Amino acid sequence: MPASTSLLTTQTSAVQSTQYSNYQNKVARSRATSEPVWVRWTLIAIVLLFLGLFLIVPLAAVFTEALRKGFDTYITALIDPDALSSIKLTLIAAAIAVPLNLVFGVAAAWAIAKFEFRGKSILITLIDLPFAVSPVIAGLIYVLIFGLQGWVGPTLMDYDVKVIFAIPGIVLATIFVTFPFIARELIPLMQAQGKDEEEAGLVLGASGWQILWRITLPNVKWGLLYGVILTNARAMGEFGAVSVVSGHIRGMTNTLPLHVEILYNEYNYAAAFAVASLLAILALVTLVLKSFIEWKVARNAEIDEKS
Amino acid sequence: MAKQKNVLPGFNLSLGFTIFYLSLIVLIPLSAAFIKTTDLSLSEFWTIVTAPRVVASYQLTFGASLLGALINAVFGLLTAWVLVRYTFPGKKIIDALVDLPFALPTAVAGIALTAVYAGNGWIGQWLEPLGIKVAFTPIGVIVALTFIGLPFVVRTVQPVLEDLEAETEEAAASLGANRWQTFSKIIFPAIWPALLTGFALAFARAIGEYGSVIFIAGNVPFVSEITPLIIITKLEQYEYASATAIAVVMLIISFLLLFAINGLQWWVSRRASSDN
Repeated sequence: MPASTSLLTTQTSAVQSTQYSNYQNKVARSRATSEPVWVRWTLIAIVLLFLGLFLIVPLAAVFTEALRKGFDTYITALIDPDALSSIKLTLIAAAIAVPLNLVFGVAAAWAIAKFEFRGKSILITLIDLPFAVSPVIAGLIYVLIFGLQGWVGPTLMDYDVKVIFAIPGIVLATIFVTFPFIARELIPLMQAQGKDEEEAGLVLGASGWQILWRITLPNVKWGLLYGVILTNARAMGEFGAVSVVSGHIRGMTNTLPLHVEILYNEYNYAAAFAVASLLAILALVTLVLKSFIEWKVARNAEIDEKS
Repeated sequence: MAKQKNVLPGFNLSLGFTIFYLSLIVLIPLSAAFIKTTDLSLSEFWTIVTAPRVVASYQLTFGASLLGALINAVFGLLTAWVLVRYTFPGKKIIDALVDLPFALPTAVAGIALTAVYAGNGWIGQWLEPLGIKVAFTPIGVIVALTFIGLPFVVRTVQPVLEDLEAETEEAAASLGANRWQTFSKIIFPAIWPALLTGFALAFARAIGEYGSVIFIAGNVPFVSEITPLIIITKLEQYEYASATAIAVVMLIISFLLLFAINGLQWWVSRRASSDN
């Protein structure tokens, strides 16, 4: 995996790493290369305790706190007009950011995986930059450009276009923080697949777009879907960057995570956790889909091996 | 291969669009931060970024990130080991849950951790009698940063552990090594570059983190105030130049970390390919 030299490797190469067959299936462990039973169970217990304290208990707390004042309060918090408008804004931001980053991801992966050119590794590092940037700074840089004292903010104001403290700023910040995910998932996959099939398509008279639609994209569809799901989860959940550019106008520029913050800071805990539980459900659905894709990819790899 | 003529179409279009979009979304906006700081003289810049309250926030941000990453290095390695080597009921669910900090919005993580670790929370109520206060103290910051960095070490070490050849361990055992010797002399040398990479990733992620920390930290200046929060506070007071100056300091540190991590991973992959 030459291309997996990136910050994202951990998060997104799981589609690839599940292609390695499971260690246990490969080797029947003998006593000489495994630990005594008591060591094994002690280690398992420590890990379960650690993950319990840091993952499972907080996750359970979200739902318990959300339902503490009963189901009616829970529903009321969710159908509140401000909550509904924050849900709408979150969906709008994701609906714009995800497709744009998808197109970018495919274009970047096509250029990087199928061609050799100078400065390729610099380009890959630059694509990674948004990971290294604090979300707060991601918001700040757009304020510097589009804010009232910014580079183009005053000019845009003359035309009555608002970016900061308005929806365009939220969309931009969302695009920035989710920028590399799909590209980073596709680049190693498309590099691993080489370009033999594309060249065969070309010889048989297919156009560039036909090659992309009929050969390249079907070959990487699971990786693509994986990248889209992760991008979507991050887009809907982004807090720091969006918080800087949103201006927190209730019912106008509040996304779901910002609405959670406002309710929480008003000591309206039950409502805050009710809205938070929606985002927690989104996270759980993301994890289920992710596991499903990994299972699917592993199964396809197995079928390929047998045939 | 580089010399061979490439017949595939779309190079100019795809690379052109990539560079255009990258410049528009990332490069030009980021350069705005650096250009904005030229509004300040060097001595003004220095006064802002070395103000005592700001320096205290660097110490907390970097110290807590380091501790969080260290906790993750130890428990992440253990988690990866247990997930790869052992079987136990519910293992698949646990494996999937490791990615929760990545999928769960940071604000949700923040309020959930606060609820659990506050003095009357599920875990906090057991720690309070022991004299350990977590929520609204620097320990809370460490807890939040441990949470958000949790997947990194597990997910970098896991594939390397899965790939280890059982034969070398069998050879070590047949030559009389006990399990601890096999681990420290055979297994650990093979996985430590991945462990270091995971540690660096968790550290880099923690430095910039905002959402999960601000709820649990209490945000007391000089005590539990992280650097990203100082940037936000300055922005809310319309002190754009000072907010940007502090942001530039953080950006430079983050970029250095990014290059270090890319270098590390390049070294890891070269090591892996020279082994084969």
